[in-house]
Amino acid sequence: MRPENYQAVNHPPSHEFELNFGPNHPGIEGNFALKVKLQGDIVVEARTDAGYLHRGFEKLMEDRLWIQNIALVPRICVPDPVPMEVCYSLAVEDLANIEVPERAQWIRVLQLELSRIAAHLFFFGGHAATTGMYTPMYWGVADRDLLLDLFEELTGGRIYSIYNLPGGVRQDVPEGFLQRVSDTLDYIDGRLKDYDNLFFTNQIFVKRARGVGTINQQQALDWSVTGPNLRACGLEFDVRRDDPYLIYPQLDFDIPTEQAGDALARTLVRRLEMVESIRIIRQVIKALPDIKGPLRTPIPNPLAWRVPAGESYARVESSKGEVAYYVVSNGGEKPYRVHIRGPSAMHAVQVLEKLAVGSRLEDIAQTIFSLDACPPEVDR
Amino acid sequence: MKISLKSKKAPAINHSDSGSLLNPLKNLQFLVRKPITEPLQPRLASLNYRGFHLNDWQACVGCASCQKICDNAAISMVEIPSLPNDPVKGIRNHRPAIDYGRCCWCALCVDICPSSSLSLSREYVHTCDQQHIDSYFILPDPNGMHQQHFGKGWQKTEHSDLLSLTRTAMAELEPEKRVDNFDEIVDGFTPEQAVLEASRCVQCGMCHDSCPTHMHAPEYIRAIWNGDAEEAVRQIYRSNPFAHTCGRVCTRRCETACSIGIRGEPIAIRWLKRYAMDAVSHERIKEIVNENFTAKSSGKKIAIIGAGPAGLTAAFDLVRSGHKVEVFEALAHAGGMTRFGIPDYRLPFDSLQQDIDIITSLGVKIHTHCRIGKNKRMSTLQKNYDAVILAIGLQQGRQTRIKNSEHRHVYRAVDLLQKISLGEKFDLSHSVAVIGGGNVAMDIARSLARMQKQQYGKIQITLTALEQQQHFMADPEEIKEALEEGIIIKDSCGPQSCEIDSNGKLIGLKTWKVTSIFDENNRFAPQYDEQDEVVHNCEAVVEAIGQYSDTSLLGTELTEKLEWNRGRLQVDENGRTSESWLWSAGDCVNGPDVVHAVADGHKVAASIEQQLQLKTK
Repeated sequence: MRPENYQAVNHPPSHEFELNFGPNHPGIEGNFALKVKLQGDIVVEARTDAGYLHRGFEKLMEDRLWIQNIALVPRICVPDPVPMEVCYSLAVEDLANIEVPERAQWIRVLQLELSRIAAHLFFFGGHAATTGMYTPMYWGVADRDLLLDLFEELTGGRIYSIYNLPGGVRQDVPEGFLQRVSDTLDYIDGRLKDYDNLFFTNQIFVKRARGVGTINQQQALDWSVTGPNLRACGLEFDVRRDDPYLIYPQLDFDIPTEQAGDALARTLVRRLEMVESIRIIRQVIKALPDIKGPLRTPIPNPLAWRVPAGESYARVESSKGEVAYYVVSNGGEKPYRVHIRGPSAMHAVQVLEKLAVGSRLEDIAQTIFSLDACPPEVDR
Repeated sequence: MKISLKSKKAPAINHSDSGSLLNPLKNLQFLVRKPITEPLQPRLASLNYRGFHLNDWQACVGCASCQKICDNAAISMVEIPSLPNDPVKGIRNHRPAIDYGRCCWCALCVDICPSSSLSLSREYVHTCDQQHIDSYFILPDPNGMHQQHFGKGWQKTEHSDLLSLTRTAMAELEPEKRVDNFDEIVDGFTPEQAVLEASRCVQCGMCHDSCPTHMHAPEYIRAIWNGDAEEAVRQIYRSNPFAHTCGRVCTRRCETACSIGIRGEPIAIRWLKRYAMDAVSHERIKEIVNENFTAKSSGKKIAIIGAGPAGLTAAFDLVRSGHKVEVFEALAHAGGMTRFGIPDYRLPFDSLQQDIDIITSLGVKIHTHCRIGKNKRMSTLQKNYDAVILAIGLQQGRQTRIKNSEHRHVYRAVDLLQKISLGEKFDLSHSVAVIGGGNVAMDIARSLARMQKQQYGKIQITLTALEQQQHFMADPEEIKEALEEGIIIKDSCGPQSCEIDSNGKLIGLKTWKVTSIFDENNRFAPQYDEQDEVVHNCEAVVEAIGQYSDTSLLGTELTEKLEWNRGRLQVDENGRTSESWLWSAGDCVNGPDVVHAVADGHKVAASIEQQLQLKTK
């Protein structure tokens, strides 16, 4: 714990004691920590200690040209960077009244869904590791690498694609790329059964995860839970369908839900979403070759581009929940204010602090991972 | 569009099934499956990988746009003295150096690069020991940072190009609407067009470097982009008091140097200047020019001979330094060649008059109809003034001296232009042949065409020149517009004689085909194909092959005292002649060009100012 966050605690004469959980702990996601108060191994109080990664993204964005922020936003959520780029672009496009060409919209969906699968594979590996299962961790990370290869080919970068600009996307889909996407999807599709056997229906995991960190529907709504975590409570809400953006209305996909609201349900929703994403990408692969046209609506010289004054709010469904950008322009060459509504800030702070209370120490890691929070986005 | 493909709903996972006891045996299948492995040897990156930078030094012009767009401030421009540095062509010997401790490989630098010299490579490994470079600060070259020739990765494509390369269109008169009058051809930008055009600028400053008078073009373009025309005027007046004039007829070296012009159309810097000057009222411009101007009289007196751009620019500077300035002009109006040499349709007299009015409003006194050598003597000036500037321009037209060129219907272009400008009557012929391929030839041809159209309803002008059309000295726009207006251009024609019939009437101009203009030593020595002879029928011939200075005003005594260089007055780098009280500036020193004359005016004024301060001490 950093000194500024430390407060001396008067220990009661009971068996209560305090434990610093993270930031250097295999059971914690990234640069993030929890300060837990324990009675035996039961948590009686948990306080999050964020800020280890604080880079002040929102403030940094106010001092950069509109277009320069594109290089910054993917860093806000490393495992799932594409929604950040797309959402920022959508907000700026709304402000500047730019129509995005259809082909660019399809390519954006392709990236978004590839990124969702990659993030879920990463989640699958990471979550398994918290329960001591290391084989799925290697599998998840290795298979995610195949998707990163695709990103490398499409965007030139494996993680930070920096590929979407306000107005569209920067380059066209390479020759033969869609076939390689299709091949990779076939491979992942074939692997799902192995994942199930190894992890998702593995009783070691199922019994361990059931009942851990349960959220009921009312709590989910009260705590602003979004994304797969919300759908794991049986609430079927997905921005892609309920507040559609890009060309999602033209696509055919289901929204998987689970009822239990515990760590197991959250994991399974993600497993099912991978299948839906594969379905969506297959539709894109089929449709994209017939959609011609430009990739980008030209914007003025980015060194001098002034976005008209106003404010806009754009939201997309990321692998972790709802990502939204609230962008204010005063008509200048840089944003006046950017606020990012990220899912992880809710999940890793307010939800986690409440879920941890009453659980056992060894379940904390699983609770955090099943919420799939991303610390840089908490710290933004 | 609705996708016809309907995929199957995904099967739910049955996680409540605790499975068979034998389930662990399933793992035996992995004994025969291929394990997932990652090879240790380096993997070749994808075709548009964003790796380390490459920079084609031949193509790079050092404009620093990459430095401006870099969101990590990772790029700094490094001067490389061994590379060419040519402000006129818009090439700086600066090249970007990348600090890989800061770079994030976003490739925005590649996408904005005006010259397309930057790209990213497929190289992505940089480890170092003593043998290798041990720095993160790299000057990219075409071979990559380890000289290993990994190919290009991310390159700019038409999709990713961030610059807008097309000039904002400006309304102008159609050829048929302009050919019978002297109305100004271009309409000028509307405020919206000006802002749009100004937005294309990347602020590289090549224009500033290439301009003879180093106008603050990036600053005023930025001011126009900000919608602040008054600030633009303020920036313009920092270096050019002939802004209305230069906004219309400048030879615009800035646009040749403009880095947007490498792959696209350069920023219309001249029209933007014109826009700024027209957008602000004349009275307000006067106020702006007078800002921070407190005339403390120095008690010094300066005489300037010639009220052209050079003379009046020097007057503008000197009067602002508190000196008493008097300008002597031989003709009826101030303005010099901009008044008497440039037709009204390119530079309306009113616009020129506004420039002059601002200069006179500062206290410069212009004596028109005062020819030195006739109405006043040089020695009087020398006696009565602390310094004298000779800015007499090039008023005399050169002659071809071909056979019969002394005929009364063979004219000099400058004489005719002066007559047209003053509205003097002269005998306009039904068909005219012009000799010359420069801007003056275009001016006279197009002016005469307008008058023919007005008086006879028909244009019969033939323009002949030694050069091939693509090598004409004239502005390409002038050639295009002249052709649109119905002027016939015959290139590669060397004039041989003026044909006269038995009654002494001029009936044509005989030319021979030119085979080469310069000899092997690059000296002017035209060669002709005598077989290819053409007689252009015409009633008058106009010679527009250059001008010279009439220095007879100096008088014999002074002419002998001064030093000369091949017929031109010898001046030092500050424009000072061998006589300590006499400076010379403008076209008579540099050859014909408005903006050079303005630059010269500033230079001479600075030199005089320095000299007067030395004297005071």
